[in-house]
Amino acid sequence: MPKPFTPKVVTANALIEGDVIYLTNSGEWSRRHEDARLFTEEAPAEAALSAAALQASEIVGAYLADAEATPKGPKPTHFREAFRATGPSNYAHGKQVDL
Amino acid sequence: MYSYTDFDEAFVRNRVSQFRAQVERRIDGSLTEDEFKPLRLMNGLYLQLHAYMLRVAIPYGTISARQMRQLAFIADKWDKGYGHFTTRQNIQYNWPALKDVPDMLEALADVQMHAIQTSGNCIRNVTSDHFAGAAGDEVADPRPYAELLRQWSTDHPEFQFLPRKFKIAVTGAEADRAVIRAHDIGLQLVEQNGEIGFKVIIGGGLGRTPMIGKVVREFLPEADLLPYCEAIVHVYNTLGRRDNKYKARIKITVHENGIDTMRELIEARFAEIRPEFTGVDQEMLAAIKAQFATPALREGDVAAYEAAREMDPVFRAWADTNLTAHRDADHAIVTISIKAHGKTPGDATSDQMRLMADLAEEYAHGELRISHEQNVILPHVHKGDLPAIHAALKAAGLGTANIGLASDIIACPGMDYCALATARSIPIAQEIATRVDELKIEHEVGELKIKISGCINACGHHHVGHIGILGLDRAGVENYQVTLGGDGTQDAAIGTRMGPGFSAEEIVPAIERLMLAYLELRDAPEETFLATFRRLGDAPFKAALYPESEARNAA
Repeated sequence: MPKPFTPKVVTANALIEGDVIYLTNSGEWSRRHEDARLFTEEAPAEAALSAAALQASEIVGAYLADAEATPKGPKPTHFREAFRATGPSNYAHGKQVDL
Repeated sequence: MYSYTDFDEAFVRNRVSQFRAQVERRIDGSLTEDEFKPLRLMNGLYLQLHAYMLRVAIPYGTISARQMRQLAFIADKWDKGYGHFTTRQNIQYNWPALKDVPDMLEALADVQMHAIQTSGNCIRNVTSDHFAGAAGDEVADPRPYAELLRQWSTDHPEFQFLPRKFKIAVTGAEADRAVIRAHDIGLQLVEQNGEIGFKVIIGGGLGRTPMIGKVVREFLPEADLLPYCEAIVHVYNTLGRRDNKYKARIKITVHENGIDTMRELIEARFAEIRPEFTGVDQEMLAAIKAQFATPALREGDVAAYEAAREMDPVFRAWADTNLTAHRDADHAIVTISIKAHGKTPGDATSDQMRLMADLAEEYAHGELRISHEQNVILPHVHKGDLPAIHAALKAAGLGTANIGLASDIIACPGMDYCALATARSIPIAQEIATRVDELKIEHEVGELKIKISGCINACGHHHVGHIGILGLDRAGVENYQVTLGGDGTQDAAIGTRMGPGFSAEEIVPAIERLMLAYLELRDAPEETFLATFRRLGDAPFKAALYPESEARNAA
């Protein structure tokens, strides 16, 4: 049996800066995880990913990442995505200070 | 030190302008990422978790004061004011923007540096003994051979699309400080009947299938170096597997075909191509060797050194751990620890880089080295200058006296930066170092190499750590496996996995238990952790790692 679909966001890296970005409800890209559109069904998630992959002059390496809904917006469920959403743990660099 | 010829200069400049045009075409949309990726990798540019990462080659770990200052300048201008020295003697910048990378490469070219072949399935930066040219125990300086190999391998038309990456290390001494047995080709300079040549080892490597290299030729005459290496890479290029990335390294080719078959094929190819090498390479080697002459070492008394040892216990502790015998008795090799307790292993700020460059210029003939253990070396220092150097280092947070001790940890960037990582390495290294400093036990524990990798690719060399730590993702949680008894020297050995992994919270106490158990178990203070492990085997160390199961078994 295929695994049940778990909620996901579309994420990628920005072409010029290389930093982590998320696809929002309005189809724009945001630096903040909580702005991301949370897909609860597989077909629209895959469609959004395919559409994102066409924006080659803005983004690199789009993929679907697991996330969960919270009152403040989607939150990563895996530690790798949590690090991507905040920055490295050895310095106050990246999103944890830039945003 | 080697200085670029007009050919080198033109080659590097040409590559910079080529890459500048490629970046422009990527940004304006003419190139897709699939088209651009192999081009950026050829120039050392990765896309990591939070940003791009530029990996700059420091060939065989040798760098001038002027080059070190330029690395600091680049860190300030286009990055966040620091750089990360790696286990392949490179430096990595963690935060460049794509549009700035051509300018960074141009700035590198200004000081005869580049990022060529620091990534991709080609022959990578040739590494060497960081004490080369200064150590008392070497047959000859290995760096001229490393430079010759660099020139030969750069843009070599036959070897642009190897099955997988290919790493060469060269050492001049029996005491292996360059981990040559964990390389695709390991070369050791040896002397036979008054003639210089190489012991040639192939098929070593770490990663998911760690292997200790095997000797393919006991003695290779010096003049046969390039044709023989070309024969090895040719056989690998032909025979190496392209069907499975995890079986593509030469260690698997050697493992599957056997060293004897490999030797036959290599010797046959060598016989075929040897006549094509008419001696031009040897002329070039002679010219390269002339550039690696030992600097004119100064004379003078070493009273200041003896006095500082006598008077200053902090200096004495540093001298005991961070100095290595130079071949001239009045000189010393200084290892500057880039492993202050609690800091990121291998990271130096731009200010620290500039200070080290200043010290190299003032006291050490303008030369520095980067070690695969992620420290910086001043190779030729008169002992009379050591107190002044130590004072300057101490003031800049670079005076840590821990070389070869428990807090001198190799750690890969791990999941704090690396897109391939499965767990973090840096915080584990920071916590272990902080803990041993709190306990004040590392000088008592003595020589202990702890090496941490944040994934199975083993950039942190955990397989050859006396204590190896491998970070994995176990069901969405960071988990750390411990291996013991690894060794990266001439007595190379792959560590043995002890048992179930530890959580991020449990791993530091587990390492502490290992160190305390060792202090109880050793015969005498002279018996190192590794020697004690070799004498006693797994059992007492497992008992220290897993006290609960020990208690259960006893009940």
